[in-house]
Amino acid sequence: MTKLNSKIPEGLVAEKWDNYKAHQKLVNPANKRKLDVIVVGTGLAGGAAAASLGELGFNVKVFCYQDSPRRAHSIAAQGGINAAKNYPNDGDSIYRLFYDTVKGGDYRAREANVYRLAQVSNDIIDQCVAQGVPFAREYGGLLDNRSFGGAQVSRTFYARGQTGQQLLLGAYGALNRQIEAGTCKMYNRTEMMDVVVVDGKARGIITRNMVTGEIDAHFGHAVVLATGGYGNVFFLSTNAMGSNGSAAVKAYRKGAYFGNPCYVQIHPTCIPVHGDFQSKLTLMSESLRNDGRIWVPKKKEDAEAIRAGKLKPTEIKAEDRDYYLERRYPAFGNLVPRDVASRAAKERCDAGYGVGTGQAVYLDFKTAIERLGEDKIRERYGNLFQMYEKIVDENPYKTPMMIYPAIHYTMGGLWVDYELQTTIPGLFAAGEANFSDHGANRLGASALMQGLADGYFVLPYTVQNYLADELHTPRLNPEETKEFIEAKDEVQNHINKLMNINGSRSVDSIHKELGHIMWDNVGMARNEKGLKDAIEKISALRKEFWANVKVPGSANEMNPELEKANRVADFLELGELMARDALHREESCGGHFREEFQTEEGEAKRNDQDFTYVATWEYKGSEASPELHKEDLKYEAIEVKVRNYK
Amino acid sequence: MDLKLRVWRQKDANSKGGFENYDVQNITTDASFLEMMDILNEQLVNSGQDPVAFDHDCREGICGMCSLYINGRAHGPDTEVTTCQLHMRKFKDGDTITIEPWRSGGFPVIKDLMVDRSAYDKILQAGGYVSVNTGGVPDANALPISKIDADEAMDAATCIGCGACVATCKNSSAMLFVSAKVSQLALLPQGKVEASRRAKAMVARMDELGFGNCTNTGACEVECPKGISIAHIARLNREFLFATCKE
Repeated sequence: MTKLNSKIPEGLVAEKWDNYKAHQKLVNPANKRKLDVIVVGTGLAGGAAAASLGELGFNVKVFCYQDSPRRAHSIAAQGGINAAKNYPNDGDSIYRLFYDTVKGGDYRAREANVYRLAQVSNDIIDQCVAQGVPFAREYGGLLDNRSFGGAQVSRTFYARGQTGQQLLLGAYGALNRQIEAGTCKMYNRTEMMDVVVVDGKARGIITRNMVTGEIDAHFGHAVVLATGGYGNVFFLSTNAMGSNGSAAVKAYRKGAYFGNPCYVQIHPTCIPVHGDFQSKLTLMSESLRNDGRIWVPKKKEDAEAIRAGKLKPTEIKAEDRDYYLERRYPAFGNLVPRDVASRAAKERCDAGYGVGTGQAVYLDFKTAIERLGEDKIRERYGNLFQMYEKIVDENPYKTPMMIYPAIHYTMGGLWVDYELQTTIPGLFAAGEANFSDHGANRLGASALMQGLADGYFVLPYTVQNYLADELHTPRLNPEETKEFIEAKDEVQNHINKLMNINGSRSVDSIHKELGHIMWDNVGMARNEKGLKDAIEKISALRKEFWANVKVPGSANEMNPELEKANRVADFLELGELMARDALHREESCGGHFREEFQTEEGEAKRNDQDFTYVATWEYKGSEASPELHKEDLKYEAIEVKVRNYK
Repeated sequence: MDLKLRVWRQKDANSKGGFENYDVQNITTDASFLEMMDILNEQLVNSGQDPVAFDHDCREGICGMCSLYINGRAHGPDTEVTTCQLHMRKFKDGDTITIEPWRSGGFPVIKDLMVDRSAYDKILQAGGYVSVNTGGVPDANALPISKIDADEAMDAATCIGCGACVATCKNSSAMLFVSAKVSQLALLPQGKVEASRRAKAMVARMDELGFGNCTNTGACEVECPKGISIAHIARLNREFLFATCKE
């Protein structure tokens, strides 16, 4: 029996959200303070949700692993946030943003959710401006927009190359205001270790204080997980070092289904890998593709000469450059969606035209600098150029940037219904942690939009609707409740187990090995044999981890190695789940490219007949295979077509 | 290249700390400073020693989590970078590098190179925001804002809250940090409404938490990884004075 009920409201797609709000249950102001909500994660989704729920009057407990809620990885988002304002008068509308997002996601997203996202997108911009977010403006004093991949309109609002930072600081300010008001209580440097389920409903969490090692239990009438994505399964990604999938995995083990784990976004414009010691990959914002042109040499001998250091890119004549995106996709050119741009880069490099180490292509601003002048380019992208120069030690105003695709975002995540509730009642998932809005590929500047939509404008309604029925649930005392005591013991045992293995391999060495398996077999191009291999290898590596990992120090102190070990244990589980999902999905769609399923031109070939569904996985124990459940996707407001950017 | 490291080790907030010496070999100039620290830690773990605890997260210079006083300079010997953006090409083979935590009473050491910066959150909680609730706000373009003001507000808003300004200041003053937020919001019509109240509340909280006063030395501006100008301190002073005079 499947538990999947997406709870999509009645009515035309444009009326669903209004219908929901018109009929949802409310909690009166005096009763709100009797209800506790736990929010884990303080990025755009978590920070916005915590602040908004606090403003409404609920008691909110907020948790983050960083030393301050302001440091959640939303802070690193560069390029911008989409909204259907149509300020430039270039033909945008809520429907078009909805359409572009569903199409960009290769028709694998839930229509009703995406439409709601497009509807509230405009409210987000209003909200952020009211908070004092300094978006870029024109001389007339009104807001400026730029373009992002997968759209033919300019609908992206931005604050230089630091849009995520500014939006997050806006949400963080709102959260700070509630902390001061006493409606939100903040727990920094605290990691969620488990979800507590009582009588089938989420009722709290177990945490570890990362400074003292203390294990605590917290009660909540509802729990919101806004804990981000799991891109760090790959070890190298554009995620922060601490970004992890553990909260999602803990929820999965407690019965929350995991949706579309194989949908991973590989971002085309990152600084290429340069050594084994490397700890992370740095993104160069997609906004650069507004003005930068991507190319490799047309002649193999030129590429070879460049790799050997005998030729400089600036010495290659215009007619000897292959602007392969402009060549293959004339309608969208350099602004094709990320999955398409990434695969095209891989194709050129695999064919022997790569530069640098061979795994890189050029992103060139020469034409734009000639057209607009260096000052204009500096104003638009100055901080990104500076970042590039500090890392690579080359001046991108003078010589083209080198870029290559890297793991950036996970479209998959905890399965949620229209209310963003997982299959565990009372457990909600928001932002990148859920699977909901981006289908098989996310468009640029849509992650910020989704995080804030979930946090500011969806959860305050849907969590309230859930809590209206919880008024008579008394606050449980974790010290005296069996389920909390057991969960706490389990966490303690898990930690003791990690501490006592005392093997010979560092956590990082195992994590890196996992990363290589994932990148080679579950990365940009996947096939049946590689995926089966990956499942076997990960399973063996998991055994190796539990037999041979070494965690120094003790559990009762600040111990970063223990934190990493706990996360890598979960990554090993996730990696296997991703490979399983990728193996079962016998089609190519969005970020999921199966080599067996492609057109003659090398484009992704979907199989709508058999795979127009969300694949969700139910945990069946550590040694058993998870069980697949399907949520069929129905498109009523949009015609499903072959995705074409030519 | 081969390097000698002098690293501050301290078990916890209550223990006495001291320098330990370590050698690292074959570090490439392309490695970031924190990647060099990763290599040191891998070496320590493999030889059964406790790795060095240090704060870090995004490793691209924006989250503000990394700190480190390197050879006597906050975020080390480069301009407008955080420690995670500092690369080993700034050092030479055979160098001895001294690595310490932020040194300020406002930021007590948690372990080794990690410090507690929660005082920064508390200062912002006192008023570093515009007091609006979610929903019911005017259209984003209802109020034009001059590009010059918006740009200057953005200059201030780029503060990452890393604490380098406090760590560098001989008075452990948090004025640059406080002024960045006060100035950003005072420049925008949305923030102007409560500008006086904000300046007073944040300065009072800063004093309460034991940060020192500003004596216009300007060291904060030099070490700020985001290049935030002390002109914002002037604007804070003006807001503060204005607020006090109004009483």
